[in-house]
Amino acid sequence: MQPLEELIEQASAAIAAADDLGALDAVRVNYFGKKGELTSRAKSVSSLPVEERPGAGKAINEAKQVLQTALNTRRESLETAALEATLADDAVDVTLPGRGVGLGGRHPITRTMDRIERIFRNAGFGVRSGPEIEDDFHNFTALNFPANHPARAEHDTFFLNGDNLLRTHTSPVQVRSMLEEGAPIRIIAPGRVYRCDSDLTHTPMFHQVEGLVVDKGITLANLKAVLHQFVETFFERKAELRFRPSYFPFTEPSAEVDVLWEEGKWLEILGCGMVHPNVLESAGVDPEVYTGYAFGMGVERLAMLRYQVSDLRTFFDNDLRFLRQFR
Amino acid sequence: MKIAESWLREWVNPDLDTEALAHQLTMTGHEVDGVEPQGLGLEDVVIAEVLEAEQHPNADRLRVCQVSDGSGETLEIVCGAPNAVAGMKTPLAKPGVTLPNGITLKQAKIRGVVSNGMLCSSDELGLGSDSDGIIRLPDDAPVGERLIDFLQLPDATIDLSLTPNRGDCFSVLGIARDVSALSGAELKSADVAPVTATIDDTQAVVVEFNEGCPAFAGRLIKGINPNAASPIWMTERLRRSGLRPISPVVDITNYVMLELGQPLHAYDAAKVQGAIVPRLARSGEKVTLLDEKVVDLNDDTMVITDDSGVIGIAGIMGGLSTAVSDETVDVYFEGAFWTPIHIAGRARSYGMHTDASMRFERGVDPNGQARAVERASELLLQIAGGDAGPIEVHGDGQTLPQPSNISLRRERLSALLGVEIDDARVADILTNLGMEVTATDRGWDVVAPAFRFDIAIEADLIEEVARIFGYDNIPEATAIAATPLEPLTETQISTNSVADVLTGRDYQEVVTYSFVEPSLNETVTGEASELVLTNPISSEMSVMRSSLLTGLLQAAASNVARQQSRVRLFEIGKAFTGALGSHNEPVRIGGISVGTRGPEQWAEQAQPIDFYDIKADVEAILGLLDSSASIDFEAVKHPALQPGQAASILRDGESIGVIGKLHPRLKKPFDLKPDAFVFELDAAKTLSTTIPIEEAVSKFPSIRRDIAVVVDENILAQHLVAEVRSAIPDLVAGVRIFDVYQGPGVEAGLKSVALGLILQETSRTLTDDDADSAMAAAVQKLHEKFGAELRE
Repeated sequence: MQPLEELIEQASAAIAAADDLGALDAVRVNYFGKKGELTSRAKSVSSLPVEERPGAGKAINEAKQVLQTALNTRRESLETAALEATLADDAVDVTLPGRGVGLGGRHPITRTMDRIERIFRNAGFGVRSGPEIEDDFHNFTALNFPANHPARAEHDTFFLNGDNLLRTHTSPVQVRSMLEEGAPIRIIAPGRVYRCDSDLTHTPMFHQVEGLVVDKGITLANLKAVLHQFVETFFERKAELRFRPSYFPFTEPSAEVDVLWEEGKWLEILGCGMVHPNVLESAGVDPEVYTGYAFGMGVERLAMLRYQVSDLRTFFDNDLRFLRQFR
Repeated sequence: MKIAESWLREWVNPDLDTEALAHQLTMTGHEVDGVEPQGLGLEDVVIAEVLEAEQHPNADRLRVCQVSDGSGETLEIVCGAPNAVAGMKTPLAKPGVTLPNGITLKQAKIRGVVSNGMLCSSDELGLGSDSDGIIRLPDDAPVGERLIDFLQLPDATIDLSLTPNRGDCFSVLGIARDVSALSGAELKSADVAPVTATIDDTQAVVVEFNEGCPAFAGRLIKGINPNAASPIWMTERLRRSGLRPISPVVDITNYVMLELGQPLHAYDAAKVQGAIVPRLARSGEKVTLLDEKVVDLNDDTMVITDDSGVIGIAGIMGGLSTAVSDETVDVYFEGAFWTPIHIAGRARSYGMHTDASMRFERGVDPNGQARAVERASELLLQIAGGDAGPIEVHGDGQTLPQPSNISLRRERLSALLGVEIDDARVADILTNLGMEVTATDRGWDVVAPAFRFDIAIEADLIEEVARIFGYDNIPEATAIAATPLEPLTETQISTNSVADVLTGRDYQEVVTYSFVEPSLNETVTGEASELVLTNPISSEMSVMRSSLLTGLLQAAASNVARQQSRVRLFEIGKAFTGALGSHNEPVRIGGISVGTRGPEQWAEQAQPIDFYDIKADVEAILGLLDSSASIDFEAVKHPALQPGQAASILRDGESIGVIGKLHPRLKKPFDLKPDAFVFELDAAKTLSTTIPIEEAVSKFPSIRRDIAVVVDENILAQHLVAEVRSAIPDLVAGVRIFDVYQGPGVEAGLKSVALGLILQETSRTLTDDDADSAMAAAVQKLHEKFGAELRE
């Protein structure tokens, strides 16, 4: 009979040589099956002399253990390899694009307007709106524009008839809101406005955000602070501002605000001032008790600076190649 | 308004360079739009005299000039200017000199004659646009001296953007006053010595409309030299201030207007017939103006008349019949005060805008009429000679603006500005602005000059103090008004949420104009817009849109034309409906989808979009609403939509919008070739919702049962679903339509609809028997209502 060592060696070699689970199972049957070599050898122990039996049984058991471990190890390794092969077949090109409809985007103007709105909402401002077809009273008279005054002519106004017009600014919302809510009041009013002007730097429709704060003790110093903070918040950087005396019929004192931009250039970004006493009066607020500030900013202007848009008219071309840049 | 810096400095000369002066002007409220240097790079150009000018031997158009440059030498120079004549003084650039246009002169042989320099035109020196001839300097110009010394160069043109409240600043004097107030530099006196009359002749004037013409100063000057030329100092100042020199009389009126702010008019006195009568125009009257334009006059317009009729529009433009010309020898100067409210808007109503109307509309100095006429007289006598008659001032003067008395409260000043300013500083500021200031217990009593039309109330004075004190010197102070918290309405879905839904579904937002082309608007809505602009930019933008679809279709079409095959756009904005007076401005949500369902993709076949794709987009928006919202889609006819693929969207029976496929008929007017699907929703009607209230979730499992029923092809899916729900209302947790089939196996005219029913009870587990009887009830109901048969 073949020595046990030799059998172990032979079996180990067969296990190692089995290159799939089927072959490995054949090896197992060959040694551990009912008629397997180890099985029959174990059976043959009983035919040995009694004194040899314990020793031979132990040797065979040890051999069984060694080979069973080798079988298990080999099976695990073959199973892992098989799974890996299956998974390899299932591999995809991860660089191919995914399925789906894609994502659209907001228009840079509404995006900017929304940003302005959020900044002021965070500061506790309410948001108001008003009609775009306005009347002379709210757009001009209540805002202290005298009849036929050249200041009116500066607002190139679209008319629907003698009294009805497209609002030339968002300032009428000041009047409407004060008439409705009285003082104190703290609001902004974003929206579309219209001027009868169309060239490189003007479109007949554009957007403004109006601001109005009226309470006891509101000063020009407060106006300066809120606008400085707004500009720094909007552009997310430190900014130097310059308040230049100017003229708007509905504020006094009035100022235009410039921001110091690249190359030391001052760029005008908004107009503002202390609410004119005549405006407070026509809106039913006592100017002896209350003071207030108001400001108006051009949304297109801010969007152009923020996103480095060079031509105002691009905003209204609605070219997807332009719009898709704003996600 | 443009003014020459040197002119301004003649009136006030602060110790500031040009840039600092411009900055100061800007910071005083007179925004400097630009500073254009004048006469730079002319340091080496000298004044020369042409001694002889003879025909060039080899060229018809050239002359050979012998020129003295004052050094004693005579230079031979070839010159192409037709006006080069012996005796004239003109600028000379010798070889080696570089001109502002970058050309360096060299000695050169021109057609066989050596030229030792160039006699210069204004164009070549950057002093104007005249390139037809060389500059003729006055005869007293010193030969050999530098041109820049003689012409006070370099200089600069300061372009100011003046605000409409400061009519008093539309002149060198006006700007100088403000510069003086700010810098403290002394202001030259604006007094003009009266011209002594040498003749008694006057022009008769009868002011008929004193209210609009309270002061009308005038003077006759006879026998001027019609061949006189304006001196170069004057033409240069006018040119550097943006005005083109024309003739001595016209130049003088312009010069005085720029200097003192009072527009003047000069008449050819010989052409005036009878008395000059300023009055209101009568309807039907006409006048031919200086620029030969004929104007039909309105009766709200002040005019100047004589016996022949209207000879000018007051304060706007003179008439042609009495205009001065090259032959004029007798001149009548008019310097009037036209009351602003009777001038304002008139020029504009005739489509005009003149230097005079601009100043009169804003208000000129009510004390400046005679002064301006005196100044013009002085200049005319000096330049063209003649004999002056006495100056006369007509008009009753009653409506001339008077200085206003205003009290300024110390407490009010700091309450508005948020800064304490020294009493002495306040008084100084106001005094320097020409105001009379008297200290009182509470502040100051102030009398403002009559020419300050912008100062009437306390706030006007506060603005003046702030302006001169400097906005930069006012601190920043954060303050929050004592307003309560803003309401936050949870039952109103924001349009931003809608935008998020749409951008999440690959829609790009656009902003289109609120005014559109009328016929396109009508094509889309089936009705002509009643909101029409009287002065549109163009007919393409002349009515207010009554639907957002017009702009969306145009935007989609232009993108398709730019090679975009898949275009999905939305806009949230107002539409304008109804007739003016009873009009509405509803906010709408509009969308358009063109092209394929998804972007081009390697794994998916490109599918053209259809009705159900855009319906899904609308349903996604409606998905923002609470689940109890009752929404129905009802087939409708719509002018913009293809019949059979158009639906009205109903909420509780009320229409909140439309959806459908663009009618093929609309492709041509919008120049849109591919199929388009659109929707438009009313934001207010769509976006109200309720606060969600929790309902118990069933702990028991549900059962799904599927059936397919065969019905007439015109039966609507929604009706089948509704019927199933009503047949077994307590058990149905959901109904899905998972197939709709027509074709082999189903008789023509019929269709098979497969329904999946989710059955559930909240209190117990359903048995198969429960489900079977529920399904039987549902099928029975469908059979009774629609003749539905179970498909085997």
